[in-house]
Amino acid sequence: MDFVLSKEQEMARTLFREFAENEVKPLAQEVDETERFPAETVAKMQKLGFLGIPMPKEFGGQGCDTLTYVLCVEELSKVCGTTGVIVSAHTSLGADPIKKFGTPAQKEKYLRPLVSGEKLGAFGLTEPGAGTDASGQQTKAVLEGDHYVLNGSKIFITNGGKADIYIIFAMTDKSKGTKGISAFIVEKEFPGFKIGTKEKKMGIRGSSTTELIFENCIVPKENLLGQEGKGFGIAMQTLDGGRIGIAAQALGIAEGALEETVNYVKERKQFGRPIAKFQNTQFQIADMATKIEAARYLVYRAAVAKDTQKRFSVEAAMAKLYAAEVAMEVTTKAVQLHGGYGYTREYPVERMMRDAKITEIYEGTSEVQRMVISSNVIK
Amino acid sequence: MNIVVCIKQVPNTNEVKLDPVTGTLIRDGVPSIINPDDKAGLEAALRLKDAQGAHITVVSMGPPQADAALREALAMGADEAILVSDRAFGGADTWATSTTIAAAIKNLKYDLIITGRQAIDGDTAQVGPQISEHLGIPNISYAEDIQVEGDSVIVKRQYEDRYHIVKAKMPCLITALTELNKPRYMTPGGIFDAYREKEVKVWGLKDIQVDQANIGLKGSPTRVFQTFTKSLKAAGTVVQLDPEESADYMIEKLKEKFII
Repeated sequence: MDFVLSKEQEMARTLFREFAENEVKPLAQEVDETERFPAETVAKMQKLGFLGIPMPKEFGGQGCDTLTYVLCVEELSKVCGTTGVIVSAHTSLGADPIKKFGTPAQKEKYLRPLVSGEKLGAFGLTEPGAGTDASGQQTKAVLEGDHYVLNGSKIFITNGGKADIYIIFAMTDKSKGTKGISAFIVEKEFPGFKIGTKEKKMGIRGSSTTELIFENCIVPKENLLGQEGKGFGIAMQTLDGGRIGIAAQALGIAEGALEETVNYVKERKQFGRPIAKFQNTQFQIADMATKIEAARYLVYRAAVAKDTQKRFSVEAAMAKLYAAEVAMEVTTKAVQLHGGYGYTREYPVERMMRDAKITEIYEGTSEVQRMVISSNVIK
Repeated sequence: MNIVVCIKQVPNTNEVKLDPVTGTLIRDGVPSIINPDDKAGLEAALRLKDAQGAHITVVSMGPPQADAALREALAMGADEAILVSDRAFGGADTWATSTTIAAAIKNLKYDLIITGRQAIDGDTAQVGPQISEHLGIPNISYAEDIQVEGDSVIVKRQYEDRYHIVKAKMPCLITALTELNKPRYMTPGGIFDAYREKEVKVWGLKDIQVDQANIGLKGSPTRVFQTFTKSLKAAGTVVQLDPEESADYMIEKLKEKFII
């Protein structure tokens, strides 16, 4: 068993870290406070190929592995959870399903601009009445000649309004339940497709989270992704990959909070000495560091599994469940160790704590992860 | 156009700490980087390549670990990389280093050679100009801007209080300043290609034509007798005076010490 990153992965980590420190960190607080989508950062990442890391070179991708992509999301999220999720949602949810299920023509038309970063991707499964129970889809798609007509709406869509290409799930045959769900590639400009309300969120406030509305939206027949009725499987397999991205985001947020806290406790003096000299601080830091390390190996393990195994649902679920809960615990402790200052916006740990919470919720709540894991353990 | 860029792998001095007891640098765990002036030189070469096309060969002399610096240069967009490395080259001062690098460059085609002004771990600023001497080509140091026009380069050369615009016919050597540009980031795919598809050639003593009397520790005329850390000999004095009184006070003190 080898726990060492390859030389190229190490060098890529250095690149992501430098980029995050120089280009992302300086904007993180402002992006959070003003709920602004960091378009300038996305443009820089596009130029550097960060939007197509685990994607094939033949379509303009970087030709790297999933672990390198995870390192990118992790390093970005260390300083800015918003930037981390923009890359994760684009790559894992927008581009990956086309890479995996797209026809050669769909790959040429949609995967190429997505992996070059020229266009941003998003994924629409969740509906007001279909969250954890994704089978309760109300959005309908009806085939009329050479096109489908979509009607319905989606909520809480990451990169909503900013993305150009959306993977949308809709019922093509309600009577068949989950076997009646199909997946579609929908362009922002398709007639009848509108962006609805933008959510005001607790954390990852620079990320654009919106409602998507379909009113007699015309989607060409050739934009059906995979086969009719196979959408639920596509959604679930896509989310397996997405969870690795979110697990990486959670890991990064936790690491960022630990780094901030270590710096703080060495400087903050009480009772005549730095609080790092008190055993309570030392023990808290020890627990934070240990849990982060455990999370790291689950996340990296899941990333490697995605490239080497046919199924990796359990690995991805365990990674996301654990990393998200570690992120919440570590950021909460980080705020506590910062005391009153930690509760103010003068220090970034309060933002990190708010950003951490969503990792326990989106792309499958922690409860959903436990369902996935237990169903594979109790057979 | 063929451009040779010389780079050196150096410890990131921003992260180097001094051992308080021995006064020596603690290099353990300190990340290595491409020397900043050299990286600006590489970026200048890459911009020439972007603008008009060029073949860039990066050359570094150093231990096997310097491979990482060359891979980084490849990941930024250099075409070829050569590591000049041999135990016989160890312990070289600037004379022996420039002799060795110049011998390696003689094996290559070049119109333009770009080196950094100086390395942050030695600060000599000698190796670049010495290489040009060994090769018998013109040298323009302290470049803050580089333009290529036909078979010539036009360089904005930095002085303390002015610039010179200098034109030289190629082949020539330029030493670059960090002010020249902001080096580009690598790309993830560039890094993977640098390790998986590109090669760092290693040239040892047998691969270059060089007089062995002029290489390595034995070929180095420079001898370092002692290194030490500057220490404060006495505590400073702080006085709060208005500007005019301050000037008088300082003059008085300087006279006291027979400095003026």
